[in-house]
Amino acid sequence: MDITVNILLTIATAATPLLIAAIGELVVERSGVLNLGVEGMMIMGAVGGFGAGYLTGSPWIGLLAAIALGAVFSLLFAVMTLSLATNQVATGLSLTLLGLGLSGMMGTSFVGQPGARLPNLDIPGLTAIPVIGRLLFGQDPIFYISIALTVAVMWFLFKTRTGLTLRSIGDSHTSAHALGIKVIRYRYLAVIFGGACAGLAGGHLSLVYTPQWVENMTAGRGWIALALVVFASWRPWRVLAGAYIFGAVWIGQLHAQAFGIPVPSQLLSSLPYLATIVVLVLISRNKRLTMMNTPASLGQPFVPDR
Amino acid sequence: MKKLLIALMTAAAALSVAATAEAQEKLKACWVYTGPIGDFGYSYQHDQGRLDVEKALGDKVETAYLENVSEGPDADRAFERLAREGCKIIFGTSFGFMDPEVKVAKKFPDVMFEHATGYKTAENLGIYNARFYEGRYILGQIAAKQSKSGVAGYIVSFPIPEVVMGINSFMLGAQSIKPDFKAKIVWINSWFDPGKEADAAKALFDQGADIIVQHTDSTAPLQVAEERGLQGFGQSSDMIKFAPKAQLTSIVDDWGPYYIGRVNAALDGTWKPGNVWLGIKDGAVKMAPYTNMPDDVKAMAEATEKKIVEGWNPFTGPIAKQDGTPWLKDGEVADDPTLLGMNFYVKGVDDKLPQ
Repeated sequence: MDITVNILLTIATAATPLLIAAIGELVVERSGVLNLGVEGMMIMGAVGGFGAGYLTGSPWIGLLAAIALGAVFSLLFAVMTLSLATNQVATGLSLTLLGLGLSGMMGTSFVGQPGARLPNLDIPGLTAIPVIGRLLFGQDPIFYISIALTVAVMWFLFKTRTGLTLRSIGDSHTSAHALGIKVIRYRYLAVIFGGACAGLAGGHLSLVYTPQWVENMTAGRGWIALALVVFASWRPWRVLAGAYIFGAVWIGQLHAQAFGIPVPSQLLSSLPYLATIVVLVLISRNKRLTMMNTPASLGQPFVPDR
Repeated sequence: MKKLLIALMTAAAALSVAATAEAQEKLKACWVYTGPIGDFGYSYQHDQGRLDVEKALGDKVETAYLENVSEGPDADRAFERLAREGCKIIFGTSFGFMDPEVKVAKKFPDVMFEHATGYKTAENLGIYNARFYEGRYILGQIAAKQSKSGVAGYIVSFPIPEVVMGINSFMLGAQSIKPDFKAKIVWINSWFDPGKEADAAKALFDQGADIIVQHTDSTAPLQVAEERGLQGFGQSSDMIKFAPKAQLTSIVDDWGPYYIGRVNAALDGTWKPGNVWLGIKDGAVKMAPYTNMPDDVKAMAEATEKKIVEGWNPFTGPIAKQDGTPWLKDGEVADDPTLLGMNFYVKGVDDKLPQ
């Protein structure tokens, strides 16, 4: 029983950063903006979170710094693509490259230093309940934030008027503009929200997952998050499912190897990617629904005419 | 106008001559790394060696480096660029730089080249490597003594000879203490991914291992051991700061003395291409202080270290291959080419080698 709980906890830790980054990017893409800079914003969050936590000794300040740094960094993308109407794909890619380089430079003095770890939740009486205690009441704080965030985004996009407006901008910015909606302002806010989420995901890496700073420590998780959004066809609950399927298969293949199952490790290593894609393709088989969910003006620059 | 132009050109020419004259006084030594110097692992340790050179030789040298150079055609340009920029001695620190370095070395016969962990040489290209497997034998012995479950978790990157050699040496060390010692092996197909390394460590611990060994570069597995109150070994650097209670020891790469010696040789004109494989006795492989273990285990580790310094090789027969066929006869020592091309397990390894 203990091993099952441990495995589930490990899966949650592996899935959390993917989920947070993907949920943020989902909101951005729903507003019609494609930000390929997730990896860059994530690594900035990781270095900022570690640095602030290390310098102040408080992982909570680190958490706030991670969110802030991700948001500020995404502002750069917002100014370029929204105010100056540059190409979103190129700008996003350069944001990733810039983030990887800049974070390496900022983090030089943090290399080889142990940092502060965010403590796991510990509620007297509840956390000690066998099996479900640790699963429900004993995880790291960012895990709870990630679940709350997913529910909040689901509610916001599909149950609120502002969410409807945001989605309509993503489908047709010209029509939204004609109706008098402030397209650029909405998109600015969406991009900054996405940046804050990516930063938080990075903070999870350097404050919970592996409390340390090393260059390139995101190791491609930003790209996985981006892929999750597309394969989840821009639905929050599918992003949640995708992140956890990825995490489960990933942890499962490690256990299979340790168990001595004679399957080539290269194949096992690629399983999480394959499984996630297959499952998400299966659940989004309905073409009409997928079309409906795809933001129609995704990636197109918008210049309001006066 | 013409006069002014000529005067300017002469001035410029004079300046550039002055610049080269000054540059010639200093020897420019350059390094090419495959990873970021901030990995706190393999590339980090090479860069520490570069800094040692700066410290030891001070004004006599000027150093430069290129990091994150991918192995393959991209490396050609890196080496060529450094050679053109006036580097007199260039160290390529990764296996995959071998062919690019051979190619560029031909183009620049006056530049001295050095390549780590490869096997091709040339008139102006020497090779060097470190015997990390010596340290791994000691890790195996300590693991067998310290483990209560009799099972170690071993996180590995890619099935190349260097890594296979390490697993074999570790197992031989462990079997010398506990003949039925087991290691669970997990390949993560990456040199460096803290998250994956942490996940692999958790999986191995969950399946009953109580000691973690790694042939990947981050401190993540040790941090997991620390959190769980279990033990493990560091890699490349002394990682004690990350796991004050969990780290037993660590194999530390110390390239400084070698680099200082080679750059010195380049300075006084005695440099010749060499072929060295440095071990514990040369100071290139160091064991971090033995901690978190009883005195008798520590004494055993120190005794083995001493034996290795005195010339004993962990790959001394009798040793059988995984399937039980004999490999080395009693007292026979494996030769270096066999070790450098090692693609089979020794007896007792509980894994199928990915091909």
